[in-house]
Amino acid sequence: MAGFAYVAPSSIDEAVAVLAEHAGQGLKAQVIAGGTDLLVQMRSLNKAARTIVDIKKIGETGRLDIGADETFIGAGICCAALHESDELKALFPGLLESADLIGSTQIQGRATLGGNLCNASPAGDTIPAMIANAGVCVIAGPGGRRELPVEDFVVGVGRNALQDGEFLVGLKFPNPKAATADAYLRFIPRTEMDIAVAGAGVRITLDADGTCTEARVAIGAVAPTAILVPAAASALVGSKVDAGALDAAAAACSQAASPITDKRGTIEYRRRVVGVLCKRAGAIARDRAISR
Amino acid sequence: MAEAHDYKTIGTRPIRPDGVDKVTGRALYGADLNLPSMIYGKVLRSPHAHARIKSIDLSKALAMEGVYAAVSGADFPEAKHGEIGGEGGGDVADLAKNVMARDKVLYHGHAVAAVAAKSLSVADAALEAIEVEYEVLTPVLDLLEAMKEDAPLLDDHCFTKNLPETPDKPSNIAAVMQLARGDVDEGFAQADVIVEGEYNIPMAHQGYIEPHACTATVNEGGQATIWCSTQGHFEFRSMTAKMLNMEISDLKFIASEIGGGFGGKTVVYLEPLAVLLARKSRRPVKMMMTREEVFRATGPTSGTHCRIKVGAKRDGTITSATAWLAYEAGAFAGAPMGPGAMSIFAPYDLENFKIEAFDVLLNKPKVAAYRAPGAPQSMHAMEVALDDLALELGMDPIDLRMKNAAGEGTQAPYGPKFPQIGFKECLEAAKAHPNYTKPLPEGAGRGVAAGFWFNVGMQSSAEVHVNEDGTVTVIEGNPDIGGSRASMCMMASETLGVPYEKIRALVGDTESTGFSNVTGGSRTTFATGMAVVQACEDIITQCKARAAATWGMDADQVDWKDGQAVPAPGVNADVTPLSLADIAAKAGRTGGPLLGRASLNAQGAGASFSVNICDLQVDPETGKVDVLGFTAIQDAGKAIHPSYVEGQMQGGAAQGIGWALNEEYIFDENGVMENAGFLDYRIPVASDLPMIDCHIVEVPNPSHPFGVRGVGETPIVAPLAATANAFRAATGVRVNDLPLSPPRVLSALD
Amino acid sequence: MSKIKVETSINGETVEFLCEPQQTLLEVLREDLSRLGTKEGCGTGDCGACSVLLNDRLVCSCLVLAVESEGAEVTTIEGIAGENGLHPIQQKFLEHAALQCGICTPGLIVATKSLLDRNPNPDEKTIRYWLAGNLCRCTGYDKIVRAVQAAAEELAHPA
Repeated sequence: MAGFAYVAPSSIDEAVAVLAEHAGQGLKAQVIAGGTDLLVQMRSLNKAARTIVDIKKIGETGRLDIGADETFIGAGICCAALHESDELKALFPGLLESADLIGSTQIQGRATLGGNLCNASPAGDTIPAMIANAGVCVIAGPGGRRELPVEDFVVGVGRNALQDGEFLVGLKFPNPKAATADAYLRFIPRTEMDIAVAGAGVRITLDADGTCTEARVAIGAVAPTAILVPAAASALVGSKVDAGALDAAAAACSQAASPITDKRGTIEYRRRVVGVLCKRAGAIARDRAISR
Repeated sequence: MAEAHDYKTIGTRPIRPDGVDKVTGRALYGADLNLPSMIYGKVLRSPHAHARIKSIDLSKALAMEGVYAAVSGADFPEAKHGEIGGEGGGDVADLAKNVMARDKVLYHGHAVAAVAAKSLSVADAALEAIEVEYEVLTPVLDLLEAMKEDAPLLDDHCFTKNLPETPDKPSNIAAVMQLARGDVDEGFAQADVIVEGEYNIPMAHQGYIEPHACTATVNEGGQATIWCSTQGHFEFRSMTAKMLNMEISDLKFIASEIGGGFGGKTVVYLEPLAVLLARKSRRPVKMMMTREEVFRATGPTSGTHCRIKVGAKRDGTITSATAWLAYEAGAFAGAPMGPGAMSIFAPYDLENFKIEAFDVLLNKPKVAAYRAPGAPQSMHAMEVALDDLALELGMDPIDLRMKNAAGEGTQAPYGPKFPQIGFKECLEAAKAHPNYTKPLPEGAGRGVAAGFWFNVGMQSSAEVHVNEDGTVTVIEGNPDIGGSRASMCMMASETLGVPYEKIRALVGDTESTGFSNVTGGSRTTFATGMAVVQACEDIITQCKARAAATWGMDADQVDWKDGQAVPAPGVNADVTPLSLADIAAKAGRTGGPLLGRASLNAQGAGASFSVNICDLQVDPETGKVDVLGFTAIQDAGKAIHPSYVEGQMQGGAAQGIGWALNEEYIFDENGVMENAGFLDYRIPVASDLPMIDCHIVEVPNPSHPFGVRGVGETPIVAPLAATANAFRAATGVRVNDLPLSPPRVLSALD
Repeated sequence: MSKIKVETSINGETVEFLCEPQQTLLEVLREDLSRLGTKEGCGTGDCGACSVLLNDRLVCSCLVLAVESEGAEVTTIEGIAGENGLHPIQQKFLEHAALQCGICTPGLIVATKSLLDRNPNPDEKTIRYWLAGNLCRCTGYDKIVRAVQAAAEELAHPA
């Protein structure tokens, strides 16, 4: 039986080489970023030996680059560090709210957007917020770099689109245009520490008289993966994002949801509440867009 | 009311003597003893909730590199029947089978084997190499189904106890209990209003933050030393001795600091296993449960189904009340149906009542004591019914309770007449509290409920050593779970007249102090405190004798005043008073070291009553409940250290609120707990709660030298109904079942 | 299984140890280095009893691989008190009776240090949310929050 091993490559090429070599030999290798999901899984669900590939020593995974048109967030940056950037908070308040919801202060000291995405939980809080912000995954692999919209990255419960030898280097987000803002809300039974029972991320663009010209709505924890809900966006576009439009968007979210009943909530409950969250997040995004 | 006492130390708020070690990480808890050559023990647990064990093969595990020992049920002596006292008692044969399954596994997570290996990872691998063959049986998971005659049986030899005639068929109902007075039918006939309800409350866990842990060594002579986290190391010793067929004198238990217990650390789980593994491996063995094991295999308290009916006259006088209370025992008999039945009507003076209670086996973990065992569930039913009654009568809920309140001389439903108690004083304090009348935010609701706990006395020992410089060491046998060393030092200080700072308390191991029952039953400050006071009085007697000898007087010519021997009033002598330090310094010349001691079986633990006020609001779109304010009012008799009394009240309130809103064991159809971790077993976090306002009522307990009543358990009783009643007030909707989790709330609001 | 050699700094002291790749920082601190002040309550990042500072960031040491501490600075509860005695946070926890059993206390004190280092004057809500990852089952948090407020006050205006 092959034992555990740990490597911390210092370059993307080195990391890809390690991952590809393991894949080639049929050995298990797993990337660690924050480790807040990985270490919990290793403790009980999946104790199998593997090579742990720490990507945090690679320069690019630690890069936070707020450009003129787009923002790059390296896959190794913890959520707490994102919160220390006022510029980032001003650009993507909803995305940062979602990052702030991943567990406790302690968890945020380790957890990353990239890890939250790769873990591919239906309830990952940042995923709907990233989808609402039209996030794009930057992936490195044996064949070089490729990019993939966040909504296409998660392919099932706990499964992502990474191929053998690939890993997520970071995430790119188009900076919001004028009068554009996002918001994310989730529901949990306590005030902190729980996994989302339902979540909704909304980004809205308004024109000069406050009419919505563009919207993206994504929901989480109510389907095998977080999903984009075009019908909810359509309900908002062309409206002043008033109560009627928000109700219609909420109904579209409830309609799009295909939740399950489990220890965290029932089908009926999740279906209803995801609509409520869409409505409330939409109103927050609208107010933010107006004041921007 | 309380006579005014001019106490110097009691009632002040000094820093606890064990405090510095606990804020610096120096204090050592159950998992904190590492010894040379120490290895690690781990437990293999059943994947089935109900199965017959056909075979266990340890050989592959034992053959692994780094594995030193492995044991299963076959390594235990025949389980002997016999009661173990204390709050966490029960039949020792059942406890033994709970520690390690023999022929049957009775819940998912039940221990079936254990190994000891050089590292945690090797121990884990060894568990996977153990082969167990099971014959899987149908699990019994529903309380009311389990009570039916045709239900599958957990134990073919379980015949219901306390029935008028011994039954001829076995049953999952291990025991029944009945309490009655008067004529309930006649009482209901006199009632103008009758309210009824059925209430379900799920299993809940104590949720102490420290998992069970211990380290055991056994020498070549067979003598064992066990370091462990426990509420009662003397009782752990007797349980382990009985389970392993050892002499008590061959077992030394050292109580580590304890990281919370709430009743859940009154019974052994790991300690006998660690002794067996240490004996076999001839090395020190450390065992630590994971949090998942803690949830699956230790402690919860019973889930319950309660039915209640209360009738009253227009003026609020209760004419009759009946209760039917079913308690989940889990895998072995011993649900707290007795205290549940005895407490449900205890705050009230009732002429006619009837209570039936049931102790029911099912394939869930064996329940253990949890803070006022049984009372939160049954009293939730009564206190919710009284809220409904107050609403029907158009009466203030505190006035309704006052109309029926028990006082001195009231015959308690469980038999004795109450001596001086403080329930009416608590109701008065609640009615007068500004939090009861302050305006509520729009949409919020306010609820009240009462709580009660008997409290116990039981056996305690204490020694007081006066050191050569006049400082004092108190030795007693109760693990300090929430500041009891401080209260012992304070009572010693008050009695001896020596400053608090000059006194230190230590919790002795089983070889260095006398027997003491568990830290439980809210007994430590009351009973062990009484022993400490008596041991101090012993010191004073000796000091007076030595001063008398020094002064050439009779002992009865000497008084003890403000920490000094002085001539008694009327004794004319030109002598300088002798302080404790003076007498200690010359002790060698006056008869040797000063050592005081006392042991007792304390009688007269005073009941403690409470009234809680809860303010909350409900999000009508998500069903989320936010507690806005909480006020706990409780009779402490006399608060020795008010901060730690408030701490009990606040901590109990938080546990009760958690149970009312979110905490519950969730099982799948196979009896597997689905939320065995702090992620999904949702105890309150800091941001869930408001400040918890406390008001300590002091109606002295006549049986204690300072008037102390136990305060630890009562605080968890009232919050369940106070929260449920506030929910009803906020929404106009009565939800009988707990917890008031968002999906349940949202569907109820439809 | 080959062990990995790690060099790290614990409370300002250089420490070398050997560990298995999958061992957590918590396990190595407690079982190999006998730094026992850091407690395990859950092992899954849900209770905060194992809180330490890793390069000045608050983390659960149960969710950090020991090997990841290579070259890092680790601060544990044992590193909070100074040459002059207790840190004001520790003193205020004692004065306010902010502990009962004390098992969560090391984690809470480390977490409070991290909060007050960043935000010297937090309001009650900020304190409660910052500490939401530190479970306490004994106190109901009331006295903990008051101790943190008092510590902030003491640090801002030393008596």
